[in-house]
Amino acid sequence: MASSSTNSPCAACKFLRRKCQPECVFAPYFPPDQPQKFANVHKVFGASNVTKLLNELHPSQREDAVNSLAYEADMRLRDPVYGCVGVISLLQHQLRQLQIDLSCAKSELSKYQSLGILAATHQSLGINLLAGAADGSATATVRDHHYHHHQFFPREQMFGGLDVPAGNNYDGGILAIGQITQFQQPRAAAGDDGRRTVDPS
Amino acid sequence: MSSNYTNSPCAACKFLRRRCTSDCVFAPYFPPEEPTKFANVHRIFGASNVSKILHEVAPHQREDAVNSLAYEAEARLKDPVYGCVGAISVLQRQVLRLQRELEDTNADLMRYASCLGGETTSAYGGRRG
Repeated sequence: MASSSTNSPCAACKFLRRKCQPECVFAPYFPPDQPQKFANVHKVFGASNVTKLLNELHPSQREDAVNSLAYEADMRLRDPVYGCVGVISLLQHQLRQLQIDLSCAKSELSKYQSLGILAATHQSLGINLLAGAADGSATATVRDHHYHHHQFFPREQMFGGLDVPAGNNYDGGILAIGQITQFQQPRAAAGDDGRRTVDPS
Repeated sequence: MSSNYTNSPCAACKFLRRRCTSDCVFAPYFPPEEPTKFANVHRIFGASNVSKILHEVAPHQREDAVNSLAYEAEARLKDPVYGCVGAISVLQRQVLRLQRELEDTNADLMRYASCLGGETTSAYGGRRG
């Protein structure tokens, strides 16, 4: 009987020690040069479950399905307790933190913007808020603005406590997780301990 | 052999049509009143794979392991192509979008702060997740 079109059994049939038929459902998605991919999927889901899943899908969807299963299997083997759910939990936490930070930043920005409007208004009325005045009134006004500002945002927070986020403060989770924007190249998650990247292609 | 202490087979043993013994590994986590939970997990992972996973984790972690498996199974049944990986993809996009928005807002803050007083203002987002 004929083997797969490459004359080499696919990774699944190699693993299962069976002849790889031309119509093998696994062959297009488990090439022989990626034995670990099928081994992981088999360990977590089982070959028959994967077969059933694939048979329920349109052929055009099967590659993405296999890749997502491979990703889940890899996550589950790395973290037997939480698997992919650990990644979801981490991302949700990061999202909440970002929302808080963004809310604070926008709130502060709105204060600056109000000050900007106030300065523009004062300027049009001949009042200079920023230059030092002989009687100190403008300076006092600027001091008041700054004091009011500091009351809401303590000095250590404003003047050196925090880093400007450039992805650096979230790289432990995000960059290590990798991009799965359109699920073409799923990668391993939470890889801050030297975990390898999963490349299903 | 005796059945489990509730005298009612767990959802797993009911599904598998077998006697639920006192040492059934599934019984603590698949109560009989939640039949769908085991049915879903069985359909996606298979009973023997779930059993192996449970035996690999410490007893105090098994409940979390079962619940995460149940979550993944349900997600896969709802979305057979992407399962819970679809949710990961969505969350990653949202995080990236908010990161960019935060960077832009912080840049604006820096500009305003330098215009107003020449003092630098530390931007937001330094807290780690």
